[in-house]
Amino acid sequence: MTLLEVKDLKVSFPTADGVVRAVRGVSFTVDAGRTLGIVGESGSGKSVMTQTLLGLTPGGEISGSAVFDGVDLLTLGEDEMRKVRGAQISVIFQDPLTSMHPLYRVGWQISELIRAHDKSVSKREARERSIDLLRRVGIPRPETRVDDYPHQFSGGMRQRAIIAMALALSPKLIIADEPTTALDATVQAQILDLLLELQRESDTALIMITHDMGVVADIADDVMVMYAGRAAERAGKDDIFYAPHHPYTKGLLESIPNSSAGGDRLKPITGQPPSLIRLPSGCKFHPRCGYVMDRCLSEEPTLRPVGDDGYHVSACWLPTAAAGLSEQAEEIRKKTVRAERSEASEQIAEEIAAAPESEGSVI
Amino acid sequence: MAIARFLIRRVLTGIVVLWLVATAAFFLFFARPVNTVAHQLAGRAATPQVIATVIRNLGLNQPILVQYWHFLDNLLHFNLGYSYYTQQSVNTMLKQDLPPTASVVVGGVILWLIAGLAVGIISATRARSLFDRFSAVAVLIGISLPTFVIGELLLLIVFVPLNQHGFHWIQDQYAGPSTGIGNWIGHLILPWITLAAVQAAIYTRLTRGQLLDVLGEDYMRMARAKGLSERRVIFRHGVRAALTPVVSQLGVDVGQLLGGVIVVESVFGLNGLGQVSVQAIDTDNLPVIIGFVVLAAAFVVVANIIVDLTYALLDPRVRIA
Ligand SMILES: Nc1ncnc2c1ncn2[C@@H]1O[C@H](COP(=O)(O)OP(=O)(O)OP(=O)(O)O)[C@@H](O)[C@H]1O
Ligand code: SF4
Ligand SMILES: [Mg+2]
Repeated sequence: MTLLEVKDLKVSFPTADGVVRAVRGVSFTVDAGRTLGIVGESGSGKSVMTQTLLGLTPGGEISGSAVFDGVDLLTLGEDEMRKVRGAQISVIFQDPLTSMHPLYRVGWQISELIRAHDKSVSKREARERSIDLLRRVGIPRPETRVDDYPHQFSGGMRQRAIIAMALALSPKLIIADEPTTALDATVQAQILDLLLELQRESDTALIMITHDMGVVADIADDVMVMYAGRAAERAGKDDIFYAPHHPYTKGLLESIPNSSAGGDRLKPITGQPPSLIRLPSGCKFHPRCGYVMDRCLSEEPTLRPVGDDGYHVSACWLPTAAAGLSEQAEEIRKKTVRAERSEASEQIAEEIAAAPESEGSVI
Repeated sequence: MAIARFLIRRVLTGIVVLWLVATAAFFLFFARPVNTVAHQLAGRAATPQVIATVIRNLGLNQPILVQYWHFLDNLLHFNLGYSYYTQQSVNTMLKQDLPPTASVVVGGVILWLIAGLAVGIISATRARSLFDRFSAVAVLIGISLPTFVIGELLLLIVFVPLNQHGFHWIQDQYAGPSTGIGNWIGHLILPWITLAAVQAAIYTRLTRGQLLDVLGEDYMRMARAKGLSERRVIFRHGVRAALTPVVSQLGVDVGQLLGGVIVVESVFGLNGLGQVSVQAIDTDNLPVIIGFVVLAAAFVVVANIIVDLTYALLDPRVRIA
């Protein structure tokens, strides 16, 4: 059952330097109980897109639709939106160290959420529920810890407490925006396990935003790769990992250390993400794409099916048969590129090939 | 427990500070030749013998350390000595003149906090609005006008015209609350505004800046994502966090308060401590001067203890010990 259906979502911010086109038409669906992984470089619009769903991007010009459980979130008034936030859709932000109010007790902050959505809950009941929630996310001695201030919690514990808050009202959807980036590796793994376990127990849908293809591999059912405010490729997890079509997706896979795609060394994607105010012409990835062809310079590709299931879609001019990491797929790509290049694209390709890899950005 | 230890420690250091201030004041004033006092007391035509007698009566002929010893001894018994001229006890003089000063200080501080916080909060939540721009100009004016100019201006454009047109609520001079609260306020409202104006401007700017910073914090986004009402987000989460730096600033500012109080008292003819001390300085009335200095220092010490306590109560990350 489709829980969230986002269609052609666009968000732009008018600024003094020009219009920042942060999200340029993104569509995706999330089914109840499933996990959608969203990956992409810094600035690709992941956070803006998901925060827009909850009306948390003031100053943005928004169009498109986002139907959640039968209602279009983008048309909700402030009061109705408030009822969705925290109760039906929870957000877990990137930095647990700064996401809790430093001056209020952890339990108070959880109780506040509970009581904001149900006035009939007494303070004491809310406190009891906070203790239960803290216990559920693995905080030791929750009866006493509930009265601690955030600075008395470690980073991992704070993120657990925030997860407790996210779960408090059994939302239908949790949006986790890089929930583990700020934590060290062992804690990261624990937090991810916890999220997965709780998600399975409660059958909550999850949108997991991350820079880390490893995280995606661990937990996602479906994956959307974003580039410059649009989906570059969208597919089931296996297709993304074993039959990637978009060169950007391929680049992401190759940049995973020790991955089969990348051999035993890190291959950053050369160059930097484009300015969202003055976007390149044609395919927005072409200044960094090793497979750049003539038409890429002038025509922007849109998503089209590349696999057999119709669900795997990619926004790239390479032929559909060019999906995958195999030798044959690479052969097809090379052949196409040879046939489709003239001077202009050849020159870009040479510049990319000559660019030192150290200047590329690894997401 | 921690609070008790904090209080004991702060009171003890406070006493040391008071002793240092009193000692510094004592030696500062007594290091000068003190004959001027005797000359004034004895009159223009006094013979050297008369002056010598006066000096002896005031105890000014004794070695300075002996005098200092007497001074400390008295101080320990909460006795600040006696006026050279009237022989009145300095304690009594200060006590008499405390009410106008205390009224000005308390009312002024409350007014400046309320005005500064309110305008600052509205400006920050409506940044770059018409109100915000208007208040920024008002803040600039408030900061650049000296206190006595504001006081004189208020006298000229509020006090004088109102009284000329038969509206006598607003008055100069001092009248205590025992004459009626309304009357008391009528006498003090202009001094309060005068004292508060500059500080309110500074606190508006401070509050606005602090709150704008806080509004950009992650926990504010989190508060909204929890589905709280905008009012709760702004006040319970935003203002609450912006308040702590404002309170700590208050601790710094109470010290500077007294200078402003002296100006306000003289502009509005309030016979408070400020007036008394200015008079005492004019006439070299050393016991009164030192009494005033010690009292002022005690006020600053106590005010700082209160501010630090409040600060610790407001911010759990601050450990008092
Ligand atoms: N309020 C705003 N005004 C102007 N530009 C904005 C605003 N909010 C976001 N942007 C811009 O939108 C772009 C997308 O930002 P977003 O935070 O969504 O990226 P992201 O994909 O989440 O990156 P990261 O991985 O670093 O979190 C960025 O270039 C950012 O500077
Ligand atoms: S469309 Fe062209 S430039 Fe864009 S990703 Fe595909 S091959 Fe590269
Ligand atoms: Mg982000």
